[in-house]
Amino acid sequence: MTTKEATYTYALRLGDDALILGHRLSELCSRGPILEEDLALTNISLDMIGRAQALLKYAADTENNGNTEDDIAYRRAENHYYNHLLVEQPNGDFAHTIARQLLISVFEYLFYTELEKSRDENLSAIAKKVTKEVKYHMQHAIDWTIRLGDGTNESHKRMQTAINDMWMYSGELFEMDEVDQYLFREGVAVDLIPLKAHWQNRIQTVLTKATLVTPEDGYMQTGSKKGVHSENLGHILSEMQYLQRSYPDAKW
Amino acid sequence: MHNEHSDAHFQLRIDNGEHIEPKDYMPEGYRKHLIRQISQHAHSEVIGMQPEGNWITRAPSLRSKQILLAKIQDEGGHGLYLYSAAETLGVSRSELIEQLQSGKAKYSSIFNYPALNWADIGAIGWLVDGAAIVNQVSLQRTSYGPYSRGMVRICKEESFHQRQGYEIMAKMMKGTKEQQDMAQDAMNRWWWPALMMFGPHDTDSPHSSDAVKWKIKRETNDELRQKFIDKTIPQAELIGLKVPDNNIQLDEKTGHYTISEINWDEFYRVISGHGPCNKQRLDHHIKYHEEGAWVREAAEAYKQKHLKKELETA
Amino acid sequence: MATDTQLDLWEVFIQSKSGLPYIHAGSIHASDVKMAMQNARDIYTRRGEGTSIWVVPSKHISASNPDDNDMLFDPSNDKVYRHPTFYVMPEGAKNI
Repeated sequence: MTTKEATYTYALRLGDDALILGHRLSELCSRGPILEEDLALTNISLDMIGRAQALLKYAADTENNGNTEDDIAYRRAENHYYNHLLVEQPNGDFAHTIARQLLISVFEYLFYTELEKSRDENLSAIAKKVTKEVKYHMQHAIDWTIRLGDGTNESHKRMQTAINDMWMYSGELFEMDEVDQYLFREGVAVDLIPLKAHWQNRIQTVLTKATLVTPEDGYMQTGSKKGVHSENLGHILSEMQYLQRSYPDAKW
Repeated sequence: MHNEHSDAHFQLRIDNGEHIEPKDYMPEGYRKHLIRQISQHAHSEVIGMQPEGNWITRAPSLRSKQILLAKIQDEGGHGLYLYSAAETLGVSRSELIEQLQSGKAKYSSIFNYPALNWADIGAIGWLVDGAAIVNQVSLQRTSYGPYSRGMVRICKEESFHQRQGYEIMAKMMKGTKEQQDMAQDAMNRWWWPALMMFGPHDTDSPHSSDAVKWKIKRETNDELRQKFIDKTIPQAELIGLKVPDNNIQLDEKTGHYTISEINWDEFYRVISGHGPCNKQRLDHHIKYHEEGAWVREAAEAYKQKHLKKELETA
Repeated sequence: MATDTQLDLWEVFIQSKSGLPYIHAGSIHASDVKMAMQNARDIYTRRGEGTSIWVVPSKHISASNPDDNDMLFDPSNDKVYRHPTFYVMPEGAKNI
């Protein structure tokens, strides 16, 4: 493995997280529980797609074979996407959307704060921008988790169920494979192992404040770093890639 | 001396070009007309999110996806500004939503047409927003202060909407044969409904005369429609789109285009509920409003529990 | 179902640049201060319009009654001595 190859994969993984979660959130447009929240979720989605654009462009530039960020975003096969399983999970009810947001945005806040120190200048620059955005996403998710957890009986139950349902996808966030390890040694990538304790602390604090129970770690789903996904991703892609695949000669 | 609470005094203020503010005296008819018009406008923005929303997940590039999302988001925002303007007249957003969902309040019929191919996103931005902008620019001078202020903000934000639509159309007309066909197909389907957006002819428009007298409406339906026709036909020709009307003629003397008669039967049919998507649009709105009820209730319950604490720490 | 399903009404004031006054931007709905602040941010600063936000529940704003306008505002119309142009300066006076 060369630094170039590893960096390409690394940028792709981060870009895919943003791409797929941005896509999931965009599905909620005109479906928010109140108009203001509709706009709030769209803002988060726009941050994500912007981030995907920056990271996939960096991946394309690193690969340097004439592909654009759009080629990368729209023309890969399912098993060449490397987003975490968590972000491809369906929006479900609003509690599930918020639970997914909580778990990922607390992780991303910790992650991108570390990535700011990367020796890769491009990743570091992107991270500095993302940290600001994701800090807001995290606040938004925390506030809603607390409102729903400590709201009505129904919302409490729904929020607890949602956290429980999403929990098995959280383990993967902290997996280090050979790409992570290689780039960590190069001073490029983030060491995920020490992030876990910080993440657990923060999540537990929020859940406690929300009068919710932090789930026990059980079996954790895994596979995305090798391109093995849940059944959800294929459906996301069949929509997302529809025009690019149906009219391969067209420019949009 | 005028009684400040008389209709005559009110009309004098209007004639002097003054703005009316929420606490000022206004005739009941003026208030009612405003609530109906502003809420209809707000509902149109919100329902208008749906046809374009139909393509968000299939937008063909990262750039186009961001543009489309930002545009739909603006529409939600505009709905929100307009609901707020209506709320200054003493009606709550809750009531307005109820009127929409019960069918008592209308929204622009244009959104009862489906968005069937990607070029529809271009056509909606270019033609539908284009028509809306003609109307909205005029409404910036409307006599009711909060409505006028809302429209100023909306016009400022909308300026990119029409351009992004036209850009899509232009790009597709320069693209493959299939893309050109999609663009023309979208043009064929959206042209006439866009012209209908200005409403019936002035002679057949039941609310026009009061609205013009009160300067809620500053120009008539036909005047606004003509403005739109005159600027849009050359834009279509420039990028090679055919306007689906064989009787178009430019009157050299007036500088205005003449067109065939609009199919008013279709207009009234769609308004009365029989457009392709009337039921779908309302069902969607009701479904997500109802699915969100437990969330709003939770927020309310959380507030009640923590209100005291919040006031102490605020 | 609750009588009002749309949470509370708040007014939003935005300062576009430090040093400038806060200007009324519009309204939003929210159930608590945090939500109001976030909604104000998401709705009224999408195009870089602001560097600072105030939110206040609409019910806490009192507006003057237009019927009192003559009493409230007319009396200041004849206090011309409050304006610098009221005063006659000797010809040739500078920097005053």
